[in-house]
Amino acid sequence: MTITDHPSKAAALVPDFGDEETDRKICFICSKGTLDMAYPALIMANGALGEGIETHIFFTFWGMDMISKKTQHDLKFTILGNPATHMPQGLGGIPGMTAVATKMMKKQIADLDVPEIPEFLEMLSDMGAHLWACKMSVDMMDLDEDDLMDQVEDIINVSEFIELSDGAQVIFV
Amino acid sequence: MSTTTIANREVHVNDEGFMTEYDEWSEELAPHLAAAIGIAELTDDHWKAIRFLREDFVDQQETATLRRVTKVGGIPTKQLFTLFPKKPAKKMAYVAGLPKPRGCV
Repeated sequence: MTITDHPSKAAALVPDFGDEETDRKICFICSKGTLDMAYPALIMANGALGEGIETHIFFTFWGMDMISKKTQHDLKFTILGNPATHMPQGLGGIPGMTAVATKMMKKQIADLDVPEIPEFLEMLSDMGAHLWACKMSVDMMDLDEDDLMDQVEDIINVSEFIELSDGAQVIFV
Repeated sequence: MSTTTIANREVHVNDEGFMTEYDEWSEELAPHLAAAIGIAELTDDHWKAIRFLREDFVDQQETATLRRVTKVGGIPTKQLFTLFPKKPAKKMAYVAGLPKPRGCV
């Protein structure tokens, strides 16, 4: 059904979805490979994409673990060095504690119906996110394109990242 | 709470214009809501999403997020961005006469 006349439209209160062209752009830099540091950028990127904002995610250093096929299913969370867990730090050193803490955090995240990292990245890519791998990290960790998830658009160096983030809001995690 | 007129029908809306009364919406209203936000025609694919949102809201008492529409409703995320360009979650909710989704993911 096509609506061609809507006499009441002038009077109707209609949300402003800000559909006019915007040049707003957000770039996230993911530099950490722990479970708790992997999520924040992805959740914010999800929000940005849902608002129709051009979104880029640049993975560097330990952030490579998020896009490397070998590691992305196995990110961990540890009590050690994280006093915000309000657990005695000595506990974190007990063998097996990182596995327990990881399992607990994964459950909390799953309970909120938030996907695991690989599925989350696939979803963001479907929403239009651009995923980029850092060349120096790829070289340093002896990786190549085949080691990275297919959604990664390219391996780029820092000057290319600086170029593509021109005019963007940049968020470092 | 204010009201506005959509297709010669008075409905309750919040200050942004999202309908607030579940039962004031009907399928006849949807094409008019869609037209008001620049979606000229509702295809079967649009309707699949709208009907999922309406049914899911009854169960969940909140509007489904994009992920839920994909995961539970079975409509691919990419397609939602084509059907309701740029801000699919909010636009779908508007056309379905529901509040904006509150979930972050």
